[in-house]
Amino acid sequence: MPIFDNELDMLKERVLTLGSMVETAIRDSVRSLVERDSELARNVIKRDHLVNALEVKIDEECVRLIALRQPMAGDLRFITTTMKITTDLERMGDLAVNIAERALELNEEPQLKSFKNIPKMAEITEEMVRDTLDAFVKGCSKLPYEVINRDDEVDDLTVTNFNELLELMLKDPKIIPLAIKRTYVAKYLERIADHATNIAEMIIYMCKGKMIRHTTADE
Amino acid sequence: MVGELNDRYLFEIQDFSIFYGNFMAVKNVNLNIEMNKITAIIGPSGCGKSTLLRSLNRMNDLIVTSRVEGKALFRGVDIYEKVTDVIELRRRVGMVFQKPNPFPSSVYENVAYGPKIRGIKQKSRLDEIVEHSLVRADLWKEVKDKLNDSGLSLSGGQMQRLCIARSLAQEPEVMLFDEPTSALDPISTAHIENLLQELRKTITIVIVTHNMQQAARISDYTAFMYLGELIEFGETDTLFVNPQNKLTEEYITGRFG
Amino acid sequence: MNEHVPFELVRKKRFNFKENFFLSLIRTLGFTGAVILFVILVFVAYNGVHVLSWDFITQPPVDAMTKGGIFPVIVGTVFLTLLCMIVVIPIGVTTAIFLAEYAKPGMLLNMVRMSIYTLAGVPSVVFGLFGLAVFVVVLNFGMSLLAGSLTLAVMILPYIISTSEEAIKAVPYSFKEASLACGATKWQTIRRVILPTAMPGILTGSILGTAKVSGETAPIMFTAAAFFTPGIPRSLFEPVMALPYHIYVLATAGTFIEETRPIQYGTALTLIVLVLGMNLLGIILRARQRGRKAW
Repeated sequence: MPIFDNELDMLKERVLTLGSMVETAIRDSVRSLVERDSELARNVIKRDHLVNALEVKIDEECVRLIALRQPMAGDLRFITTTMKITTDLERMGDLAVNIAERALELNEEPQLKSFKNIPKMAEITEEMVRDTLDAFVKGCSKLPYEVINRDDEVDDLTVTNFNELLELMLKDPKIIPLAIKRTYVAKYLERIADHATNIAEMIIYMCKGKMIRHTTADE
Repeated sequence: MVGELNDRYLFEIQDFSIFYGNFMAVKNVNLNIEMNKITAIIGPSGCGKSTLLRSLNRMNDLIVTSRVEGKALFRGVDIYEKVTDVIELRRRVGMVFQKPNPFPSSVYENVAYGPKIRGIKQKSRLDEIVEHSLVRADLWKEVKDKLNDSGLSLSGGQMQRLCIARSLAQEPEVMLFDEPTSALDPISTAHIENLLQELRKTITIVIVTHNMQQAARISDYTAFMYLGELIEFGETDTLFVNPQNKLTEEYITGRFG
Repeated sequence: MNEHVPFELVRKKRFNFKENFFLSLIRTLGFTGAVILFVILVFVAYNGVHVLSWDFITQPPVDAMTKGGIFPVIVGTVFLTLLCMIVVIPIGVTTAIFLAEYAKPGMLLNMVRMSIYTLAGVPSVVFGLFGLAVFVVVLNFGMSLLAGSLTLAVMILPYIISTSEEAIKAVPYSFKEASLACGATKWQTIRRVILPTAMPGILTGSILGTAKVSGETAPIMFTAAAFFTPGIPRSLFEPVMALPYHIYVLATAGTFIEETRPIQYGTALTLIVLVLGMNLLGIILRARQRGRKAW
């Protein structure tokens, strides 16, 4: 049915739009912290409502398609996957907002130490997000698997970041509030990476028809 | 003639082909019908699904030019052997057709037809069978006060349930349904679909339908046929969510043709 | 943009020459046919009705048939017809069942059908000669009720076969399918479903066949008809009188043609009433069963 095919294409477009909005939010929020640009941070926070609105729109469209088009097989998996992906993307947008909020707070205070881990984590995370969106468009490919593997890197960097900050905190308890906020930022990035991993697993399901979520790498 | 009993499969169809003269309507089908399950056969018009269904109770014999190759085993016995008791086969494998076709006699007589031709004469026994069959077909309540009314005076959905009752009166093990609800309104359709779910507990059901959603709603196994070949066969859950064959995917997502 | 064409609610008189011409033609012809029939009926009735009476029907002819009744004549026709139908209906219906249900398409079937069609077209006088040769002479029944009935049976057989076969073929295929799918044998299906459903049609055909048979003259002229018999035949091998033959005899061969004229008309009227009555019965039955058919 050509109408249905058009609707599916439009749905895809919308998801990609949402994805790029979230990508931008993540990048900007980290920049606002690293470059100490509070104006940028405020911008990120302001734009979040657009992300939420688009997520709702996509969800509504999915429900409508299920009701009216009785999708089967590949179409069905595509639509249900889309619903889950947008949830993850929206959460990623919220986490970007959280980063921006911490940035606003940290920018009021002198910088604790140079940013090394967080930009690295941000880079990897942004790459993961970009790759999942590519995979979403491409369908079956190796991309989602690569994304899932990179999650470990992000996890490791979180730990590294925490340990370094812990050292500083033990040396000078006065900086604990600031240090903690920085650990939060790392945490947020780690959770963004986890959401990207979820999306990758969903894309594998969409392609192969097998759920691999919540299974370990060897299964 | 007694064959090997297979505990799970009532019908085992092996390399089975059906010809009308020189035309090959069904090509080398391999299929097993599992006991007490609903197996649906779907496919576009002319794919051979009705032909295959009718071969299971040898109703194809009515067409003079039809012949078969390969084996169709019912309880381990090839039903196309020359010595097969076709009458007994048709008693154990009942059939309900697309357009409800009750006889032009009373409701009672319609349901009692089967037992009577088997030689059951005692009125009390016949009464019992008629009531039991009508109950099983979920029609008893609606007709118990008008058993002597003509079968043709019922509504479409009721007539079809009457035909089901008529078949049930023969105590079949398998019931074949050839697009049973395509001539009915949605409510009657739903009624009969619920009935099939009930009947599945005691009877094995094979249903041909051109309505994919119906197959998705009620069947345990689905077979997809195209141009006489069996393209894919599997659990309904799998086939409709993740079909293995590209043709199947195209058909069930409506991208055929 | 289409021009706005006003829709006239007043019906214009559409005069289409062709339509009106054919309509008028058909009306005229139909009317003419009915008029002719009516005239014949009125003519016979007018000339014969004063002869009719209870005595006319129950008394034998007297005075060289110039007076009296036509009781043995009526009896003769009734017996001939009855015996004929008793013979022909079982044979005809059975053949119809065979043709409709059992016969395999092929040479034999085609030959049988050809024979039936051809037989239906044979003039009745030929049947009379056939009956004379076979039943009267060879089988030595003589001029008798038996020979006459059998001849009539042979004559009406194709008609009974056709009408019965039609009735059987009119039974919807779905009934047969349903019966077989229940596990019935072919014969059970025929006996319990097809025949009962076709019975009204078969009956109608039989009644109309009876009407045809009772009015035939040529087949019985050489095989059964007698100039005079006193009453009810005592055996199958006796000749009988018959209504159509009686008219013929009185009008051509009798000694008092003019004097018996009223009786001729009376006999004709009786025959017409009989045949008309049976046809009407057949038509009414057919109409009723058409209304009843719910399938």
